[in-house]
Amino acid sequence: MLPRYELMYETYGALNSDRSNAILVCHALSGHHHVAGYYADDHNNAGWWDTMIGPGKPVDTNKFFVVGLNNLGGCHGSTGPSSIDPSTGKPYGASFPVVTVEDWVESQARLADLLGIKQFAAVMGGSLGGMQALQWSLSHPERVRHVLAIATAPRLTAQNIAFNDVARSAILTDPDFHGGNFYEHGVVPTRGLRLARMLGHITYLSDDAMADKFGRELLSGKLGYGYEIEFEIESYLRYQGDKFAAYFDANTYLLMTKALDYFDPAREYGDDLDKAFAAARANYLVLSFTTDWRFSPERSRAIVHALLHNHLNVSYSEITSTHGHDSFLMQHTHYHEVMHAYFGRIAKEFSA
Amino acid sequence: MSTRDHATLAAIRPDFAAIAACIPQGASVLDLGCGDGSLLRHLKDTRKVRGYGVEIDDINIVACIQNGVNVIQSDLETGLSGFESDAFDFVILSQTLQATRHTEPLIQEMLRVGREGIVSFPNFGYWQNRLNVLLGNMPVSKNLPYQWYDTPNVHMCTLHDFEDFCAEKSLHILECRVMTGESEVHLLPNLFGSMAVYRFKRAG
Repeated sequence: MLPRYELMYETYGALNSDRSNAILVCHALSGHHHVAGYYADDHNNAGWWDTMIGPGKPVDTNKFFVVGLNNLGGCHGSTGPSSIDPSTGKPYGASFPVVTVEDWVESQARLADLLGIKQFAAVMGGSLGGMQALQWSLSHPERVRHVLAIATAPRLTAQNIAFNDVARSAILTDPDFHGGNFYEHGVVPTRGLRLARMLGHITYLSDDAMADKFGRELLSGKLGYGYEIEFEIESYLRYQGDKFAAYFDANTYLLMTKALDYFDPAREYGDDLDKAFAAARANYLVLSFTTDWRFSPERSRAIVHALLHNHLNVSYSEITSTHGHDSFLMQHTHYHEVMHAYFGRIAKEFSA
Repeated sequence: MSTRDHATLAAIRPDFAAIAACIPQGASVLDLGCGDGSLLRHLKDTRKVRGYGVEIDDINIVACIQNGVNVIQSDLETGLSGFESDAFDFVILSQTLQATRHTEPLIQEMLRVGREGIVSFPNFGYWQNRLNVLLGNMPVSKNLPYQWYDTPNVHMCTLHDFEDFCAEKSLHILECRVMTGESEVHLLPNLFGSMAVYRFKRAG
């Protein structure tokens, strides 16, 4: 149990008079509150979903009041494992509780209360963010009109949990991890975090996208017959791993992957996803990407089927894209047209 | 959609009015190959139906969403496995029958997920089509706007053919409306009708 917690959030646009134009953006594993735009003093730091959200973009901040937050347990300003535990004066570390998608939704609902939002026009997210959007319609069916669940799944497959387990093992077995209390040792389990991110990154891209971008290109143009970095892809993955390990908290990574693994709304209904959605009332847009093998279209179709079986309003599009799981963050004409059309429809439901 | 829009729609797609006439208020419908969602929109506005469209084309998916109708992107040829049995009052296949490859299994699937099926299709037996063939050319008309080399239509049939098919497959025809343009045709429909709408269910 946490005695108290803080959530870091950003908002864009203006809440209309009857507070009916609010959109909540839920982030995935490595995301945070900075979803769109850039800061006056930092023009290079664009929000992680800046392609989708902003003035004139599919989620038009001239019409909508958009809320982005850093989830509880995160490492971008919200209370998380690296925050100071007031009872000990030291970082929580290993004592920070495991949080679930359901917990996040509850904390987000409390943020909504604080902002005076009784009902969101939409809750949206990709991947782990999509799971939160789905959970909103199960935990608080009366508080969300539209759910946009993008590149997500009703629960992880064994293969997907396996990837997470390898990533966690990399962190847990790093000697610098110190059972999660590395802060007091003045070290960071960089090697573990880097490996975890490298593995994750492979699964977010498609075979074709990697082949297109890197092929078998060599850094020096010739084979070295050794164990140094030779191929472009090796160099890219290590760069991504290093970049990530420099700012992301290892305990947060563990916590986020566990939240992914635990998400399974059908579990308490005898694995019957139809029953899990029986209480849902929202309208849904479900999107998947053809080359996403981490959260495959088949997983999205399982969500769609459960919604259909409950006679809920749902539209589904399977977007042809070469970029694998990462597609949901990319600029893509058809994907953005679908989003634009759907948000256009949502905007018609309220008055400015 | 305004009344005027509905009138325009009826002129462009006379089968829509004929299909709407078959459907009672508040019915549940599944529209296969729903295109831009115009029919579903029309049925929502005039019949307060609850329903979904199934469509494969990206541009049509966007149009359906703009039209405010539910659309599921899927290939009809792979079946309707995502839909439960008897989930709908009506399953509609409007101007799509002739373009389906696995026509018979699809019609069986329609009657699995719906209580009744409704199909509309261009009548290949229409006299103008017959005349075209008699004069040595494949017919190209308002109802059959394609050249032989770019047509999506692979299973053209006449009204007689469709009725024979129903008899052979134990499908019971409940209603048939034959049209040419916006007018209903009663005299020698297989000769004078350019388009037909059939409502049917499983026999017995």
